[in-house]
Amino acid sequence: MHTLTVGEIAAGLAARRFSSVEITRHLLGRIERLGAGLNAFVTVTAERALQDAREADARLARGEGGPLTGVPIAHKDIFCTDGILTTCGSRMLDTFVAPYDATVVARWRSAGTVLLGKTNMDEFAMGSSNETSFFGPVRNPWDPARVPGGSSGGSAAAVAARLAPAASGTDTGGSIRQPAALTNLTGLKPTYGRVSRYGMIAFASSLDQAGVLARSAEDAARLLGAMAGFDPRDSTCVDSPVPDYHGALAVPLEGLRIGVLREFFDKGLDPRVGRLVRAAIGALEERGASVREVSLPHLPLSVPTYYVVAPAECSSNLSRFDGVRFGHRCEKPRDLLDMYERSRGEGFGDEVKRRIMTGTYVLSAGYYDAYYLKAQKVRQLIAGDFARAFAEVDVVIGPTTPTAAFELGAKTSDPITMYLNDIYTIGANLAGLPAVSVPCGFVREGDRELPAGLQLIGPHFGEARLLGIAHQYQLMTDWHRRMPPGYE
Amino acid sequence: MEWETVIGLEIHAQLATRSKIFSESSTAYGAAPNTQANLVDLGYPGVLPVLNSAAVRMAVRFGLATGATVRRRSIFARKNYFYPDLPKGYQISQYELPIVEDGSLDILLEDGSRKSIGITRAHLEEDAGKSLHEGFQGISGIDLNRAGTPLLEIVSEPDMRSAKEAIAYMKKVHTLVRYLGICDGNMQEGSFRCDANVSVRPQGQAALGTRAEIKNLNSFRFVERAINHEVVRQVGVLESGGSVVQETRLYDPDRNETRAMRSKEEANDYRYFPDPDLLPLVIDDALVEEVRGTLPELPDEKAARYCRDFELSAYDAGVLTASRDLAMYFEAVVEKLGGQPKLAANWVMGELSGALNRDGLEVDASRVPATALAGLLARIGDATISGKLAKEVFEAMWSEGRGADEIIDARGLRQITDTGAIEQAIDAIMAANPKQLAEYRSGKDKLFGFFVGQVMKATQGKANPAQLNELLKRKLGGA
Repeated sequence: MHTLTVGEIAAGLAARRFSSVEITRHLLGRIERLGAGLNAFVTVTAERALQDAREADARLARGEGGPLTGVPIAHKDIFCTDGILTTCGSRMLDTFVAPYDATVVARWRSAGTVLLGKTNMDEFAMGSSNETSFFGPVRNPWDPARVPGGSSGGSAAAVAARLAPAASGTDTGGSIRQPAALTNLTGLKPTYGRVSRYGMIAFASSLDQAGVLARSAEDAARLLGAMAGFDPRDSTCVDSPVPDYHGALAVPLEGLRIGVLREFFDKGLDPRVGRLVRAAIGALEERGASVREVSLPHLPLSVPTYYVVAPAECSSNLSRFDGVRFGHRCEKPRDLLDMYERSRGEGFGDEVKRRIMTGTYVLSAGYYDAYYLKAQKVRQLIAGDFARAFAEVDVVIGPTTPTAAFELGAKTSDPITMYLNDIYTIGANLAGLPAVSVPCGFVREGDRELPAGLQLIGPHFGEARLLGIAHQYQLMTDWHRRMPPGYE
Repeated sequence: MEWETVIGLEIHAQLATRSKIFSESSTAYGAAPNTQANLVDLGYPGVLPVLNSAAVRMAVRFGLATGATVRRRSIFARKNYFYPDLPKGYQISQYELPIVEDGSLDILLEDGSRKSIGITRAHLEEDAGKSLHEGFQGISGIDLNRAGTPLLEIVSEPDMRSAKEAIAYMKKVHTLVRYLGICDGNMQEGSFRCDANVSVRPQGQAALGTRAEIKNLNSFRFVERAINHEVVRQVGVLESGGSVVQETRLYDPDRNETRAMRSKEEANDYRYFPDPDLLPLVIDDALVEEVRGTLPELPDEKAARYCRDFELSAYDAGVLTASRDLAMYFEAVVEKLGGQPKLAANWVMGELSGALNRDGLEVDASRVPATALAGLLARIGDATISGKLAKEVFEAMWSEGRGADEIIDARGLRQITDTGAIEQAIDAIMAANPKQLAEYRSGKDKLFGFFVGQVMKATQGKANPAQLNELLKRKLGGA
């Protein structure tokens, strides 16, 4: 039952082959048996899950179910969940019970999904390996010695290990796509503004976007449809109708204009990953897509640009964690300054502190123009590069990550090396574009097969097209069906 | 050396919206601590600000009323600093691109001339909460009811040259925001407060002196005193060979002095940057025109109309239009009376304002409503009572709450206009004072007043003065 996709579960529930309570119990059992080894969950909401499932079964019995009623899911622990611990992977919030539901949580809930639990993540979504979590690193089901990617590493590990059919994630610089690539999942980061950020604990507000980690483009389409749409509580959320993503999956590849991103095939790319991506592009071409090379000359500046903009916003966003109203407060503060310093000093981990300090620096008087303002200008140039490319091609394509999953601890000592892991994913965030990572094969490391990801980036609000192409690719390949050994 | 004072004001006007600038919480004053602070006001993880369009319209109103430019695109920025009553660790304000720029207001100087005071900018921002230190032992309380209350910060040019000018300008802004209905102007509750930037320079020097900023002045009197004190302090420093330090100072009303709070070097680096949670505020022409269509007659326009149509002096027109309620009262009196604006103006500024001040009442709570005052003035107009007796009637109206006619009748104050009755009284007085009569007739004209007084006394002041004058002149002259 745990290998069923969201679509198959919905069909099974509709046909009464099994109940929501049955599949929920089954998955909770797997989480109990296998979850701890992966450290994929911060909180398992077993009681709530069974209650949700019973309600879903009752609705299904009355014939009132929708396409997601009774489908179990997990939420990244960055989304506020009413009455449930919401830690954001941080000691700062290790006892924080959110008093409200994020819009994403409320929407999936009203669609009838069943909440299995809250997944582990890099602290405040700052990381690319899920090693910065206060609750310890998450392990990759394809090789427990390796990272699942980050920051949505818990969601990725849970879905890849068949503990949940799908999960939410957030993507500020690649935090959905990179873990999807490293764990053989389909991971979609929607257009900035497509999904409400209300209730999603902010890292970098102008880059953060909620999305989906699933085992197929088809499932991602179903879940995105239930997540997207205007929310008056988020001023940056766009008021445009949500298309029928699932209905739009049957796009033909004939006539599709694909641009291969020259800058993504650089010296940092593992040639084995490069070959897999080239092969996937070849497969699309065989089906009638036209392929040409495109260049985004400013894209190599995306990592330095990102590491000015994102820390700047985070330094301000995280100021509210001051020990006054919620979150960690140090013992016996001597005075106000002592309370601030110790509460924040104790509550935040090293990577978060590094980014707060970087961000504080780049916004300081005398440095603002040289860093923040310049970064915003480069950001405009990168967005302009993409806009020019989309005048000529429908989607741009390349690898999601330079390499397959790396070993735990391999990059923790050098932040720059870690940051470079996001080199191919950051551009879409800076330009606010939708992008999807799709499984495209495996590279062998020792006795392990490690997945690699193909990334498709589209123009604003091009999610339907991206998911359609990904779906067509998944109709002709079975990479996405491969399961990590031991989790079949 | 002669010193010139240079003053600029930053006025914070709390906008009279029902809900906060970025949340749905009520802005009502005086609720129990933290009962009007929702998750957005508390800066909870994950929450986001949504701009209150009513606050935007109020800012546009102010911009139009001061002849300013209403920017079609303005930006909200974050002003970052840590303080327990600042829940998010930043204040959302406007920094580089404010909604209103480049306006002005005229003030009336003591010599009767007008002076234009430039308004550099007015921007929207949220207020912080309050830290409560009284009533707690070893800890501080935080009340976030005020957090997120919309403010319009109105920044003037350094155009004022004395505390008097600063007060005139501040009062002008105070009048205007209440006319516009965008601020209740309540200074005790902090709805209208100001910071004063004060510097001095040698008379004739073009460059500005180093300024000190005096924070959080919440009464006209404090502003005046604080500025005057600060000028004396700065001149003292300079004349003894020192130099003024750029700093923030706090006015202590109890000791009537300003004290240094923090110097420029100690000032926070606020790390302003555009708030990524809020889109640029875009205002289209249609909104500006719609708001323009709802503007009331503004104080200056009103005053000009009073001078033109009512032939009032500029001073009187200024006094009557200083508050919209007073102007409305005055206009209601004139309307009911069907004219005689000068008589109405004298009474509104004289007896009425005196009584209101004495009892500490606002004009809308006057014990003599406009229709009642018009009723009294009508009795002066039709010679039922004299102006002098009318004052007595007014006092009775004020204390008894009855109409003019009722009091006139009850007290028998109706003026004597019966020529025969007045003549009778004159005759009696003349008969009783032969000596004075003889002196008058031999050329001592001054005694005319004596006879007027005597007759008035005899008629309990009810004799019609004009008639009395005429008759007395004739009779004393021996006619």
